[in-house]
Amino acid sequence: MAMITEFAVQGAQMMLVLLLAPLLTGFVRKTKARLLQRRGPSLLQPYRDLLRLMRKEVVLADNASWLFRVSPYLIFAATWVAAALIPTFATGLTFSWTADLIAIVALLGSARFFLALAGMDVGTSFGGIGSSREVMIASLAEPAMLLIVFSLALVAGATQLSTIAAFMNSPQAGLRVSLGMSLIALVIVAIAENGRIPVDNPATHLELTMVHEAMILEYSGRHLAMIEFATFLKLLLYMSLISCVFMPWGLVAPGSPPALYLVGALAYLGKLTLGGFLLAVFETAIAKMRVFRVPDFLGVALMLALLGTLLLFVSRSL
Amino acid sequence: MNLDVAVLLCGVAALLGTSVLAIAVSRHRSATRLVYSATLGISAVLLALAVGHLATDATATSTVALPLGLPWIGARFHLDALATFFLVVVNLGGAASSLYGLGYGLHESAPHRVLPFFPAFLAGMNLVLLADDAFTFLLSWEFMSLASWLLVMAHHRDQDNRRAGYIYLVMASFGTFALLLAFGLLSGSSGDYTFEAIRAGGPTPLVAAAVLGLMLLGAGSKAGLVPLHVWLPLAHPAAPSHVSALMSGVMTKVAVYGFIRVVFDLLGPPSWWSGVVVLFFGGLTAVLGILHALMEKDLKRLLAYSTIENIGIIFVSLGLALAFGANAMGWAAALALTAALFHVLNHAFFKSLLFFGAGAVLTATGERDMEKLGGLIHRMPLTSFVFLVGCVAISALPPFNGFVSEWLAFQAVLQSPDLPQWALKVMVPAVGGLLALSAALAAACFVKAFGITFLGRPRSAAVERAQEVDRCSLAAMFILASLCLLAGILPGVVIDGLAPVTLSLVGTRMPPQMTQPWLSIVPIAESRSSYNGLLVFLFIAVSASLAAYAIHRFASRALRRGPAWGCGFQDIGPSGQYTAVSFAQPLRRVFAFAFRASEEVDMPAPGSTVPARLTVTMHDLAWEWLYVPITDAVDYAIERLNYLQFLTIRSYLSLVFVYLVALLLALTLWP
Repeated sequence: MAMITEFAVQGAQMMLVLLLAPLLTGFVRKTKARLLQRRGPSLLQPYRDLLRLMRKEVVLADNASWLFRVSPYLIFAATWVAAALIPTFATGLTFSWTADLIAIVALLGSARFFLALAGMDVGTSFGGIGSSREVMIASLAEPAMLLIVFSLALVAGATQLSTIAAFMNSPQAGLRVSLGMSLIALVIVAIAENGRIPVDNPATHLELTMVHEAMILEYSGRHLAMIEFATFLKLLLYMSLISCVFMPWGLVAPGSPPALYLVGALAYLGKLTLGGFLLAVFETAIAKMRVFRVPDFLGVALMLALLGTLLLFVSRSL
Repeated sequence: MNLDVAVLLCGVAALLGTSVLAIAVSRHRSATRLVYSATLGISAVLLALAVGHLATDATATSTVALPLGLPWIGARFHLDALATFFLVVVNLGGAASSLYGLGYGLHESAPHRVLPFFPAFLAGMNLVLLADDAFTFLLSWEFMSLASWLLVMAHHRDQDNRRAGYIYLVMASFGTFALLLAFGLLSGSSGDYTFEAIRAGGPTPLVAAAVLGLMLLGAGSKAGLVPLHVWLPLAHPAAPSHVSALMSGVMTKVAVYGFIRVVFDLLGPPSWWSGVVVLFFGGLTAVLGILHALMEKDLKRLLAYSTIENIGIIFVSLGLALAFGANAMGWAAALALTAALFHVLNHAFFKSLLFFGAGAVLTATGERDMEKLGGLIHRMPLTSFVFLVGCVAISALPPFNGFVSEWLAFQAVLQSPDLPQWALKVMVPAVGGLLALSAALAAACFVKAFGITFLGRPRSAAVERAQEVDRCSLAAMFILASLCLLAGILPGVVIDGLAPVTLSLVGTRMPPQMTQPWLSIVPIAESRSSYNGLLVFLFIAVSASLAAYAIHRFASRALRRGPAWGCGFQDIGPSGQYTAVSFAQPLRRVFAFAFRASEEVDMPAPGSTVPARLTVTMHDLAWEWLYVPITDAVDYAIERLNYLQFLTIRSYLSLVFVYLVALLLALTLWP
């Protein structure tokens, strides 16, 4: 019986991230529009977009290979698995021991690997420019991310997200310099990884500064829907990650009464709303950077993350 | 089953016999088939014996002393857990290369320059692992080097190959020279060259430091540690592809074996600073290796540079193991050493696979230059599939094997704050960051390698004619690709298999992994960290299939082919694609300081029809800052000393007289 409940909770988690992801993106878009004095699309527009894309036919470039057609599903699957492994409303879920934070980062790396390859498959210069810039950004963001993981793991004594969340929820966590540095670095990495302003502009299509949209320029129909869905999921994933580590309040421990799960879910929704709002404000307030300024921006994250880790190596109490 | 050294030596003798046979028949038509079948058979038997031994009875050892070699010493051979593990790596590589050679070898233009040396090379590598005294070890090491040198020189009419062979020969001699001095120091006072006596000797700290330095020079030059790596990207691609696979995937591992044998086994308990030194060179090697790989447009050179990176990762783990070992943190040392050995195995899998793939591309198109390839995924679907597997595995992405060893290395890094020394406290997180950076750059590098070579549109006519390679080559690649996946989803088996090795070297082992629920791997405790490759694989497979099923069930299945979007242009042609050089451009700019890279654009005046030109210049700093000054100094000294050749008799006599007086003075003044 306990096993069935555990599986049910795990399943609920997987479906929850799937269902909430487009809503979060819709919320960010709506808030951005309101901040710019526009009315903006409906909150449900991303769902409608996905449905519309799925109903459309696929226009495939003449020389697209099997990899081009398989990649959307692989990208979607890897992102979904990674998102499902991050505690949203409850810790210690059945499959949370499958992968720790390092593996989650690497899963996102797998998704990006195939996305960058798909960008090069058709053999246009747009795909190439997107892939080449994506791997440049990733090869600076990923080490920063891993150093953040190191910091968290040294503070909490684990790379398991459930354990980290439990630790951060306890009074032992306290205020630490290295945690503050990690938070800033993590936010920068999240912005870069999700292709948000100032690193990339998710709203533009025909501009030479674009990265993510250039890679997926050849995609259409159901394939594009899968990739868009993966993008929504990735934003949700990073929001969940930041909230699970730095705002772990309301996370339900395993074996709690059902009522607490409701509290956990509500707390999670609240955190997402806050995160989405802050992201929209940040994006409205800032301008897009030149591509070759991005390494400086990510360099800040890398340095902060490294300093945070170094401080922890030198003294466990910082 | 108790495996005896004598049995293994019979295998080595059989390989040497094949070599002699090959000389006799090498001009015959069926020689290729005969030789590779023989090496395949012998390697497979040796592999099976070694795997069986490691799985059942790895702690058993056996020794044989043959009355060969130097008088009073003879030749001693010994088998223990460490040697058995590396025997697995060597013979697995040997068997795979032989299988691949059965097909690939048929395209060889000069088989008589390859066939006799291929079995000899395998025999040499096996002998290094079995050697139990310094003389036999050095002799086998030199035999291995010379056999591989002959293979590098197989196509000696090519100017580049001759240069590669020359530099390889110089570096190999230098490496053996360093090893000779190291063993001389080790057996110093007693003068007994057997490993047993050296182990009992216990060197003084000064001698230990000197030996560590000499081992870094000797084994490091063979493995490709920066700055001793310069020969590797020249020599590895020069040989035929299955030999490149052996040199890159396997011979560098024999060098790692030599390092482990001396530093972990013969040298006695390590001191903490040896960890610092090894960590420093490991981290430097990892990042510089992959940065150079990223800039490369020759597919085989790219793979050779990537080998340098992987050697760096292995040495970082070894450095961690040394640091933990010196501070009596046995379990952490076992974890770090397991990570290093796991990566040794992984690299043998995927680097051999990738070199085979590069060889297949070379057979099909005659090109190694990625700028002339592209679109091969349509012509060689099977090769491109396995090459993709290799690329994913080497980029340390789950659920493949490369990720597991990298994950173990990160777990070892996370144990380091408990180290008492300040130097290590500062060094380890920095090296951990370098490790993460090299992993990310490796992914970028292999996106480039696969994307430019196999995706997009064909960039030359050679690609249009390309065809899938033969069955033997494909079989070899498919076996290695499945091993990459298997080791990735069942890492517990490998970790448990490595337990006897760590037990014999650092005195402890990682906790048994196969007893964990769901076949997870748990290095320390589940609440700390755990990873389950099998479940990750199943998760991805299930959710991808679910998504595909749902899409094909509920969404539109309509599909239309059309031309690619060219921004309003009708057809830009394949030359409008991104090339290897343009793909690497953003990263070349970011890391320009590592190569002193510069770009120059020669833009014609408006209205002129002259093509614009982009010139990129890059420098290998190790070459320019280390080797060029050395050769300059040698040249200068030679020029000066040449003067001595043209003296008169009188000057010679006075020179001898002055020399004698100086010598006597020095002797009397010597304390």
